[in-house]
Amino acid sequence: MKPQMITLHINGRTHFVALNPNLTLLVALRDLGYTDVKCGCEKGDCGACAVFLNGVAVNSCLVLAWQADEAEILTAAGLGTSEHPHPLQTAFSDAGAIQCGYCTPGMIISAKSLLDHKPHPTEAEIRDAISGNLCRCTGYAQIIQAVESAAEKMAAEGPAVFGGAGGEG
Amino acid sequence: MKYQVKPLPPFNLPVLHTVGKPLRKVDAMGKAVGATVYAGDYSMLQMLHGKVFRSKQSSARITRLDVSKARALPGVACVITGFDVPNARLVSDMPGQTGQKQRAGSDVPVLASEQVRFYGEPIALIAAETLEIADKAMSLIEIDYEPLPGVYDPLEAMKPGAPVVTPPDNIVARWKIRKGNVESGFEQADLIVENTFRVPYQEHAYLEPEAGVAWIDERGVITIRVSTQVIEHFRTIARAVGVPQNKIRILGTMVGGGFGGKEDITTEIYLALLTKHTARPVKIVYTREESFLAHSKRHPYVIKHRTGVKKNGLITASKIEMISDSGAYPYLSAYVLLYTTVMAPGPYRIDNVQVDAISVATNNPYTSAFRGFGGPQACFAYEQQMDDIARQLGLDPLEVRKVNYLRTGDCTATGQVIESAAWLEETATRAMAALGEQTIDYGSVKIGQGFASYFQSYGRITWLHDTSQSWVGIELDGTVTVRAGVPDLGAGQANSLCQIAAEVLGVPLERVTIYCTDSALTPLSGTSTATRQLYMSGNATLTAATTVRNVLLSRASKHFEEDMEALDIVDSKVFIKSDPSKTLDLVDLVRMCASEGMHLSNLALFKAPFTDPINPETGQGQVWPDFTFGSFAVEVAVDTETGEVTILKAAACHDIGRAINWAAAEGQIIGGGMQGLGYGLMENLIVKEGVIKTPSLSEYLIPTSMDYPDIQAIILESGTGLGPFGAKGIGEPSVTPAAPAVASAIANAIGVSIPEIPITPEKVLAALDQAQATVMK
Repeated sequence: MKPQMITLHINGRTHFVALNPNLTLLVALRDLGYTDVKCGCEKGDCGACAVFLNGVAVNSCLVLAWQADEAEILTAAGLGTSEHPHPLQTAFSDAGAIQCGYCTPGMIISAKSLLDHKPHPTEAEIRDAISGNLCRCTGYAQIIQAVESAAEKMAAEGPAVFGGAGGEG
Repeated sequence: MKYQVKPLPPFNLPVLHTVGKPLRKVDAMGKAVGATVYAGDYSMLQMLHGKVFRSKQSSARITRLDVSKARALPGVACVITGFDVPNARLVSDMPGQTGQKQRAGSDVPVLASEQVRFYGEPIALIAAETLEIADKAMSLIEIDYEPLPGVYDPLEAMKPGAPVVTPPDNIVARWKIRKGNVESGFEQADLIVENTFRVPYQEHAYLEPEAGVAWIDERGVITIRVSTQVIEHFRTIARAVGVPQNKIRILGTMVGGGFGGKEDITTEIYLALLTKHTARPVKIVYTREESFLAHSKRHPYVIKHRTGVKKNGLITASKIEMISDSGAYPYLSAYVLLYTTVMAPGPYRIDNVQVDAISVATNNPYTSAFRGFGGPQACFAYEQQMDDIARQLGLDPLEVRKVNYLRTGDCTATGQVIESAAWLEETATRAMAALGEQTIDYGSVKIGQGFASYFQSYGRITWLHDTSQSWVGIELDGTVTVRAGVPDLGAGQANSLCQIAAEVLGVPLERVTIYCTDSALTPLSGTSTATRQLYMSGNATLTAATTVRNVLLSRASKHFEEDMEALDIVDSKVFIKSDPSKTLDLVDLVRMCASEGMHLSNLALFKAPFTDPINPETGQGQVWPDFTFGSFAVEVAVDTETGEVTILKAAACHDIGRAINWAAAEGQIIGGGMQGLGYGLMENLIVKEGVIKTPSLSEYLIPTSMDYPDIQAIILESGTGLGPFGAKGIGEPSVTPAAPAVASAIANAIGVSIPEIPITPEKVLAALDQAQATVMK
């Protein structure tokens, strides 16, 4: 099959791109410059490439780019910036939850997916939610603390106004 | 509580404003919002994509290598084989590396052209317009092998007549220690305990596979933007590609996990050769599988302990033999072996010690640096041995250790005097106390608690004459800039320097910016290895910042008409300590100094202690600047029907001298501890005839968020380290005691010790069956 034009809505921007059918969403996103989506294994083992696809967190290495045609995609960089970070990004930064940082964008996507559905998660629910995201540096404790502290902050601040480009919340 | 926790000896730490606080690290937010550009995230116009063609044999002669079809493929810019670059060798000479004055460093062909010695050995390099074309070209390379006999067990490789991987006899390095007289020590013993321990490979499994982009700049400098722990490799790269050292520039990126696996050169020489041959930018990003094949592993060891003890547990003699598998090329095996040799007897005061250690070449994956650098292997063996001594003497494990623990002023096995605090009992009792009351056994599930103590060096081997540089300057708006070549692996290497500069110059951490990891433009700070950056570059930064502070305070002294010592700077304000209402804005002071031409920056060089090498016959002499001490405690539940081990609680207590960033120090303790738990229980690299059978993260399992409970981190601060503000190092020490603590807890639960990690359910059941069979007899 030949390349086909598809439309990707990424972090509020729209891209029209001609892509081969065998290309994964991960590669498409990175080729478009969304390098906050990390590549750790290309087979769904590590979770570093997690993004929201129409509000659902997925490993972008396991989705073909064509499957994302017309979809709303939200990456960690679409959640906030250094000046206006998402509460999860602030909490991760402040809790010592970031060491090498390579797992962080995917980890934050999984954490946001949890909080979108469970604003007051238990520790067990947090562990379960990030169980598909490998981290080799932190031993997870500070990541779990960061998710807890972000949940508290978001609950205190009312309905979320962050990352409206593709997520539910 | 099982053990009494005694209060710590009295000590006074100076009050600090920035250092010690769990502040947001300077690199954190950029990573959280995805702004940090890692090595594989970078691209350039006109960039080619590189691939490395690797051996599919563990031991073979290459009888035919034909790359003509690959070269002819449209879109292929170049294919390089060993015949094209006959002088390209990866040479790492380490003067005085082994006492034997034999093969010390590594001398590895960058590309194998006649013979391959391990599965995955690089044979050819490809650069093409796209990754797809490069992959296609890989499949067009034609190669014929004539298999050669291989050797996959270091014990076999040592035998006469074994296939020779490293001439003449496969012995890559030897070290020995002779202290006192072990024979007379054994004569004094009431009991002699002998055991053999085995430790496996460990894969670094950093989340970021190796990556880099290289190009030639307008001066003709080969510039390599790469994920590395060592930017000083530019010298080795220059030699391999045949250019002067000042024509290679390394731009180190934020490293997506290193743990020693990015200490040796990874993609740099391939990138340099490809960009030199094509005059175009080239990018190489390893796949996960290639990462498994391409980089080193932690050394497997067989370690034999023979220990003589008195009835009260006092060790009278310790005789240790160890053999490590260096794989096909030495890399850092000789050094790792030295670490294991010197740490072999453990943190114990022993008058009579004999250690004989050998590293042996095989056709297995090569082994080199991994966090702990030989220390974890030594610790697993010496702590299991201590537990067995306790068991055989009918004594408590802590009682036996207390009789022997090193104390300040004691000598190590090589005669090095411990000058800093040696808080072993202090950390062991606190780690065990943190576990709380032991859970009650239920049904077939047996509960056990155990701990391990350790000592581990920080800073490089003292006869390597290690130095580090750092530059600190204050800008006209009162912000501070640090320039240092330090590679940041995520452990806070760069942040610590900022926090130190902030403390000394009295500014908030947010007002400090660091430029780092550029071999051309930032002063060389040495390697991010050996738990040395805080100690070395931290001290260099402390000196540089203090020099600038003294310039500022000398001018402020005139302004206030007070002695410099009477002044302080906090929160960007200079004030008189005895009358803090009299202040001067730091910005105004800086402008005053600048207008008078005062020097508001400083480049400092810090030198570690320089020593001669240890005596090759006796191993006596200083080996490292100092040591970190600590303990790790674990409670496990062992299902005696399935062999499954569940960690219920884990606690780590380390004296880190002084925390520079509290949260970062906890992060090292917890994260390193988790790697150690994985090493002890789960991580299982299966290698058959030199081939890694588990080259993915779904086959080689590392701990997930579901596997182990949080490790409680207990930080003690003796203030006695050689680092800034009395800091010791914690990056590597954190991993060392975890695996033996797990093994100790399992033995405590089921009454049988298992001398080989990882302790899989199969090993637990086999040990229980064997114990049962012994009882039946």
